[in-house]
Amino acid sequence: MTTLPSTAEETVSIEIGGMPIAMRTHDPSFRRLIENRYAGFVGTSPHSQLEFDIDLYEPSDVASAGDDIDDELEVKIEAGEWLLRRGDFRARWSPEASRGHIRQSPSPYAIDAVLRIVHSLVLARQGGFLVHAASAIRNGKAFLFSGISGAGKTTISRLAPPDTTLLTDEISYVRRQGNRYLACGTPFAGELARVGENQSAPLSALFLLEKGLQNRIEPVGATEAVQRLLRNILFFADDPALVELVFQSACEFASLVPIRRLVFVPDQRVWDIIG
Amino acid sequence: MAEKYISRSSEIASRLLGGEVMIMSTADSTFFTLNEVASAIWQAADGCTPLSEIVADKICREFDVDREQAQRGAERFVDELSQHGILLVSDQPLWLAVESQ
Repeated sequence: MTTLPSTAEETVSIEIGGMPIAMRTHDPSFRRLIENRYAGFVGTSPHSQLEFDIDLYEPSDVASAGDDIDDELEVKIEAGEWLLRRGDFRARWSPEASRGHIRQSPSPYAIDAVLRIVHSLVLARQGGFLVHAASAIRNGKAFLFSGISGAGKTTISRLAPPDTTLLTDEISYVRRQGNRYLACGTPFAGELARVGENQSAPLSALFLLEKGLQNRIEPVGATEAVQRLLRNILFFADDPALVELVFQSACEFASLVPIRRLVFVPDQRVWDIIG
Repeated sequence: MAEKYISRSSEIASRLLGGEVMIMSTADSTFFTLNEVASAIWQAADGCTPLSEIVADKICREFDVDREQAQRGAERFVDELSQHGILLVSDQPLWLAVESQ
């Protein structure tokens, strides 16, 4: 492992969901790439909750791992340290020391994946999660729109009225705060290719998206709500303790936040029945 | 027919929500939802009450169903969940089964 210098100039702090993660690299062009990709989420706080040293390798470096992002992702815990591995990166992270190391190709996809995994692991222990959902704030209330690819996450985001703050059209960040949940913006964009706003608001409802012939909101039974939510929660680790945490978080969420089915036609009037 | 004793596996997470039990296997993330009758059997699966007694006390009494029909349904349910490793089944009380191993 390469030990990198740790000067402030070489550090970029990415703050998603109020959690600053310091990324250190001595490659200025990669630092600029991070700053551009996560614009709006680059924090100024000198204190970070986690710190990662990034060590880059060139794709032609045959001694390194392959750089295929389609390679199967492996996330496991060994001797108290999380090990993350895919074709284009290897990362290790000690929750106890709040420090980690990433060895990756100079592509933004690798660091994006590491951020998603790390946030999902941290959130799981706090009763929150990342979920395949668009989210937005309107009139001070946040709404989640969940569904598999093609369900309408990007469509509903595109149809949002001008007074709506889009948090993401792809991956929503849900944080537990006492007996309520906050939806936070993320830089993880989908087809809209637009980074979300770095804002948060109390979550008012989760809508399960379904395209139909008219706009309507339907009740959803508790078990279906939990099952559908679990299908959409980002979950990477093959770890029984974590599976239980995520399951309990989904059940807690379903008992505290209204989950409804939103059947909609793709025009702006759908927003009249939301909120 | 030999008596059956049933107990919940430790490799699961479960939760009662809206009158129904949801179960997730922590080994392979398989998800199960149980209807009211199955939920009653699940909640009574303490490893020492015979299945026939659970059927008589919890199912026939509370759901007003025929004893034989309820017993057949309970056996099918127990077989299915045990195949997934969600329920442990023994022909003797499970604490005895553990002690004899």
